[in-house]
Amino acid sequence: MNITQILFWLLSAMAIGSALMVITAKSPVHSILYLIVTFFAISGHYILLNAQFLAIVNIIVYAGAIMVLFLFVVMLMNLNAETEPQKNRTMQFAGVIAGGCLFLVLTAALNKSAGVNNITQMGGGNYGLIKVLGKTLFNDFVLPFEISSVLFLSAMIGAVVIGKKEQ
Amino acid sequence: MLLALDFPLIVEKLILVVVVVMASLLIAMYATYAERKVAAILQDRRGPNRAGPFGLLQPVADGIKLFFKEEIIPDFSSKFLFILGPSLAMLTAVMTSAVIPWGDKIHLFDRDISLQIADIDVGILYVFGVVSLGVYGIMIGSWASNNKYSLMGGLRAASQIISYELAMGISLIALIMVTGNLSLKEMVLQQQSGWWNVAKQPLGFLIFLICAFAECNRTPFDLPEAESELIGGYHTEYSSMKLGFYLFAEYINMFVSSTIMATLFFGGYDCPFVNEANFSPNVAALIGIGALMAKVVAFLFFFMWVRWTIPRFRYDQLMRLGWQF
Repeated sequence: MNITQILFWLLSAMAIGSALMVITAKSPVHSILYLIVTFFAISGHYILLNAQFLAIVNIIVYAGAIMVLFLFVVMLMNLNAETEPQKNRTMQFAGVIAGGCLFLVLTAALNKSAGVNNITQMGGGNYGLIKVLGKTLFNDFVLPFEISSVLFLSAMIGAVVIGKKEQ
Repeated sequence: MLLALDFPLIVEKLILVVVVVMASLLIAMYATYAERKVAAILQDRRGPNRAGPFGLLQPVADGIKLFFKEEIIPDFSSKFLFILGPSLAMLTAVMTSAVIPWGDKIHLFDRDISLQIADIDVGILYVFGVVSLGVYGIMIGSWASNNKYSLMGGLRAASQIISYELAMGISLIALIMVTGNLSLKEMVLQQQSGWWNVAKQPLGFLIFLICAFAECNRTPFDLPEAESELIGGYHTEYSSMKLGFYLFAEYINMFVSSTIMATLFFGGYDCPFVNEANFSPNVAALIGIGALMAKVVAFLFFFMWVRWTIPRFRYDQLMRLGWQF
């Protein structure tokens, strides 16, 4: 075991453990805090892959902005374990089945995909650095990149339209 | 070997980390003193002058006082989160200093020691990310206090930071476009050979400055702790050194954001005409540190000057400023 592997196992345990705590914690605020820990562990994984840009953007966007909004809303509504509405059994059952189906699809897709045996090289290479990333995005993947940016734009316009007050 | 590491490098970085953190703490300590002195001068008073010559030992006395005060943890509050709040505030305040280039290389013991803890590829984004995490300390602390005023302060802090991050990001994007680089070290090197960035991006600097005030919770944007409305805001329930941590984190934040402004827009450790003078590297590096510190002190003074000049915004005015302009 070298240091990269030790870090990998530590981060993985952290990510999975805190992800489990997200769904088992009683208080919504604790759930959110565990979710933030999960994002940090995932960012740590990105750093192990030398994908600095991805790691930092993950922290800025998810931990820094989206989770602040989550926390904001939960604090504003002041949800507690007592006031949480109890869902009935059928709903819980349906939820378990739906989640299980998603899990099945994801594992099947990962299993069948071609690159699954190419274990990502850790700590080596500079393909995660921002210069390489930018060149790849704007040379090899210009069209998908632009299309996804248009998609984001339309989502943004949609959010503004929905959020606008009725005249 | 289990951990094949470059041992001298670790020692070197460790010493650098300790020095930088200690320096930040010391400067933050004396920033509290300076704040009171500046306030006194602006209000035609004398300010602290009892402890030591010119009152110079006042921050030490304040620190000791805070340590000896009684710790109160309110009932019904999550104890762990209550303690986590100020710790996080302090941690995020200090973390930013890791990517700031404090000076050029110095030559000691046959080694070139770079006066920057980590020259990472995405330095400026790192700063941005850590700054955006700073609000968690306030939010967690305010929620764990289980107090309506604290919660209001925390909510204000969160909405304020979200509002100002947008403007800050956009002003930074303009800067990144000009320099074509995300590494703080590279930015300083570019400014050393050319104009300072403030000449290229005056509007960007102005926006960034305003956002820095908002991010540090300084007047005119100190709504989260507006004492006349919220009895101290998010730290109402805190006492002793935990309160001290919050107040201290604010001054460290001020120091770090002054450093970042100096680095991004005013050439960092670049001192005009030193490059041409051909000093030995150590002397040049020391002059560089001195130049950076002079810029930082100027910014810190500006922070304090504004505090006693401009009154606090109203909350809706703040939101309008954040979202409509």
